[in-house]
Amino acid sequence: MHLTKDEERILEGEYGESLRMMMSILVKIGEIYNADRLIPIASAQISGVSYNTIGDHGLHFLRSLRGVKVKVPTTLNPLAFDKRYVDLLKVSEEMLEKQGKIIKAYVNMGIRPTATCTPYYFDNIPKFGQHIAWAESSAVIYANSIIGARTNREGAVTALAAAIIGKAPNYGLHLEEERKATHIVALDFEPKGEEYPLVGLAIGERISGIPYLRITGDEDDFKLMGAAMAASGSIPMYHVEGYTPEYRNALNDDVERIFIERDELDYFREEIDVELIAIGCPHVSAVELRRIAEFVKNKKKKKDIELWVFAAKSVRQRFSEWVRIIEDFGAKVMEDTCVVVSNAGRLYRRIGTTSGKAAFYLSKEKFGGCEVVVKDLYTLLRSVVE
Amino acid sequence: MRGRIIVEGEAEGYVVKCAKPVVVLGDINEKEGTACGKKIAGKVFVFPRGAGSTVGSYTIYGLRYYGKAPVAMILQEAEPIVAAGAIIAEIPTVDKIDISLLQEGDLVKIKGNVVEVISSHPQK
Repeated sequence: MHLTKDEERILEGEYGESLRMMMSILVKIGEIYNADRLIPIASAQISGVSYNTIGDHGLHFLRSLRGVKVKVPTTLNPLAFDKRYVDLLKVSEEMLEKQGKIIKAYVNMGIRPTATCTPYYFDNIPKFGQHIAWAESSAVIYANSIIGARTNREGAVTALAAAIIGKAPNYGLHLEEERKATHIVALDFEPKGEEYPLVGLAIGERISGIPYLRITGDEDDFKLMGAAMAASGSIPMYHVEGYTPEYRNALNDDVERIFIERDELDYFREEIDVELIAIGCPHVSAVELRRIAEFVKNKKKKKDIELWVFAAKSVRQRFSEWVRIIEDFGAKVMEDTCVVVSNAGRLYRRIGTTSGKAAFYLSKEKFGGCEVVVKDLYTLLRSVVE
Repeated sequence: MRGRIIVEGEAEGYVVKCAKPVVVLGDINEKEGTACGKKIAGKVFVFPRGAGSTVGSYTIYGLRYYGKAPVAMILQEAEPIVAAGAIIAEIPTVDKIDISLLQEGDLVKIKGNVVEVISSHPQK
């Protein structure tokens, strides 16, 4: 891999041990994937935020980087709680204290504590063709597919290294030819409602690569579909004919074909008596928030079902009138956290959600082992009003 | 055997091997210094590759933080989780080694990109 004089000086430790270590991560990853060089990035999104997953050792590592600053606008993934609801979410004193220290360590590096998986709405908006280094699989697939920005599926540490150096190794989805479709996915039906995330889960289980679909839908449908395929598989990007910005050049001759039948979408469909309805995995868009507010306005919530909506702080603050309507109804609109990384899966056993990604994780033992049903937004909302 | 250096270093120890890809956040217990139920602290940890959540790099750092790190790691193929973890934990690590040639209990020496079997496990 070719390094500039300055990059070599960093690698030799002339600018200190922390920068040397960060540069050596980028160079090693570049060597593993045969990158020719490092390229400048426009932004970074960092995972590895929750004390539940990174622990005391993660905190120790972040604090060891004292004095180091990020070189590009950098935002942060959700954490384990919304501080206004620590009692409701059963957050321990230790958790509260350690989580605070983790956030402080990130803030000291110049990272903005946005605590959202949807930085692309307001906090950190990539442009078409821009090279970025994002962790958080649902944001990676959204940025690549819907926006046409270019990022590999970065990890907690590689995204941090890229943010601090301001560069990423040039391989994978940074390269035009690596962004072509690998599979045409043909459906025997036109998806609607909850079928978008369920199709996403099915694709993630069936293939590894970049799927190409001929379906219609809106940005929120595709957000849910993409997040699901990035959770059940390791898919970093998809194309939708006539919709996503790079579909025109996405097909070449050696593309494989797979078929998915409506009958195959049989997971998370069994009717259950839900205790909690969770919307916002990934965090809700302004449109989703408005739809919820318009539906529940002046209606009465059923006593035995809770409705929790998860949003970025930036969305919650901008659309405070809709938030007020939803909270007047008796629901909660939480920021900084989500149904997967908070204790929600341990507090409720039966959960209804619009999200295939949330269903995928919540049904796993590690996240609570819940019974989960995936339905479209309005079906869920109808079930929570008197 | 010659491989590719992920983290340069020199180490000697007994092989502990996991034959399947290691789901780092899940299969490794950083406080106990075990992987897939076997003790890796102070050993040469041999496995094909890492898998699972990329937050797993911090788990490898945790092995160092809790004083339970292996003396070295040998892989078939490194990927970002293990590579970034090995670098921040400063564990000598080599990949592109045919790990079928290394058996549980072998005494091996790692120096740079060279892996040398000093003595094979007697029960092999």
